[in-house]
Amino acid sequence: MYSQGLNQAETDDTADATRAARFQARIDAEDKIEPNDWMPEAYRRTLIRQISQHAHSEIVGMLPEGNWITRAPSLRRKAALLAKVQDEGGHGLYLYAAAETLGATREELVDQLLAGRAKYSSIFNYPTLTWADIGAIGWLVDGAAIMNQIPLCRCSFGPYARAMIRVCKEESFHQRQGYEIMLTLCRGTPEQKAMAQDALDRWWWPCLMMFGPPDTESQHSDTSMKWKIKRFTNDGLRQKFIDATVPQGHFLGLTFPDPELRRDEATGHWSHGPIDWEEFKRVVAGGGFCAADRLAARRKAHEEGEWVREAAAAHAAKRAAKLAASKEAA
Amino acid sequence: MATTSVAVPDTPLIRLALARADDALVLGHRLSEWTGHAPTLEEDLALANIALDLIGQARSLYALAGEDCGLDEDALAYRRDERAYRNLLLVEQPNGDFARTIVRQFLYAAFIDAWWQAMTASCEPRLAAIAGKAEKETAYHLRHSAEWLIRLGDGTAESHRRAQAALDALFPFAAEMFEPVTAAAFDVAPASLREGWDRQVDAVLATAGLTRPAAPWSHSGGRAGRHTEHLGHLLSEMQYLQRVHPGATW
Repeated sequence: MYSQGLNQAETDDTADATRAARFQARIDAEDKIEPNDWMPEAYRRTLIRQISQHAHSEIVGMLPEGNWITRAPSLRRKAALLAKVQDEGGHGLYLYAAAETLGATREELVDQLLAGRAKYSSIFNYPTLTWADIGAIGWLVDGAAIMNQIPLCRCSFGPYARAMIRVCKEESFHQRQGYEIMLTLCRGTPEQKAMAQDALDRWWWPCLMMFGPPDTESQHSDTSMKWKIKRFTNDGLRQKFIDATVPQGHFLGLTFPDPELRRDEATGHWSHGPIDWEEFKRVVAGGGFCAADRLAARRKAHEEGEWVREAAAAHAAKRAAKLAASKEAA
Repeated sequence: MATTSVAVPDTPLIRLALARADDALVLGHRLSEWTGHAPTLEEDLALANIALDLIGQARSLYALAGEDCGLDEDALAYRRDERAYRNLLLVEQPNGDFARTIVRQFLYAAFIDAWWQAMTASCEPRLAAIAGKAEKETAYHLRHSAEWLIRLGDGTAESHRRAQAALDALFPFAAEMFEPVTAAAFDVAPASLREGWDRQVDAVLATAGLTRPAAPWSHSGGRAGRHTEHLGHLLSEMQYLQRVHPGATW
């Protein structure tokens, strides 16, 4: 396996302390950490967890949007949506590859997802009910993802940072595409505009939850900040997203489902009403509306694909054996 | 009223463009159904890619047909009902298991790649231009599906059984590909490609260790709008938004 050659956990405590200090000094100097460099086990574990959750989110995220590929309302939209969902699969692929550089295999990470032991972004546990949801996902969900991911382009772990640069370029294209769907709907028939408003009503609050729990309750923030895996707090990113998005929604002529949303003239920021953190906790704990369906779809694809993967492996082994035999004969 | 299906004049150029566009769109649609559900992540990307190529080919061909009848690509794709669709029965067959999808793709690609190659010399320059682009894409589709068919035929007892079952089920739909669509000078007669197709199919099946089915009969009717029951469901799904919101822009 590719990652076996990479260094494993060290046991010598004194050596570790020196290495840890050198490691932190490199991070402080904005050096990139590369797969073969020494790193604390907790750093490795944190990154494997975060990168694999991100990869799983891309893969599970193909499902809610994939739900509309066959019903896209024009050939141009069908092609764009198919290409977008394909991009997400591609993001999943780079991210699994980035996690592999840390010593985790794609197979074991996927197994964790299918067993329900790994998390993915809870936003994908909400249903896509109308075509406008495809616009809202591009505009809001990808918009929120970009806010989260732009700082990751400067993450201290090199392979993750480099994967994020490409992912962010594609995500910002998706976001513009989503907004353009919303714009077309909002300039369309009254039914289309109502469809757009309904989508905003359903997606707004879950999108605000995408930034994670409030800073007062976030478990991973401090160490992640020290290691420069994370550079902004959940609340800070959430505020940036709201400030960027609210004027866009008003330009569409839509109303945000938050009666307390108002612009603070002194700070220039938009303040919002309370987020339903109980709903967030329930969804994160696996109680999302579509959670069972999403996992069932992934399991079904995996199980039904097993004979195909076995066939490919068996054929490759037979070919390799034939090749070896012919070399020996020659 | 706007939900009424469009009427399309029948000229040789429109007939040919629509037949080939419908083939590409229906097959592209079928492949797009795999997105997110394929046996491996790599295949998810590959099948989506092939679907995108085919939908792109369909759009070019609808645009060409539309130039001659004043309808846009969406009117042609979304506002004709199943009796007006002119695609091959083969391409509307359901995905089934992965073997079924691969065999359907292989049988079609082995034909259409040769057809597009020949069409690059068509005396209708707009068709020749589409052929130039399409042929590069279908050459990849052929390679992809042939390589998979070999893996499945040669791989395990189960994959062999499934690949053979898929061939047995789909072979009766293959002969329809060789029926003439038009007699126009700019068209390449499909029958002229039959021998090459036979050779290519036989060679891949031999490498895969699969048996060519005897196919004592063949099904036909797609070019006349007599389809299997599967197409109606595909179109009702595909067309529903255009039909429910007549005249809306998306």
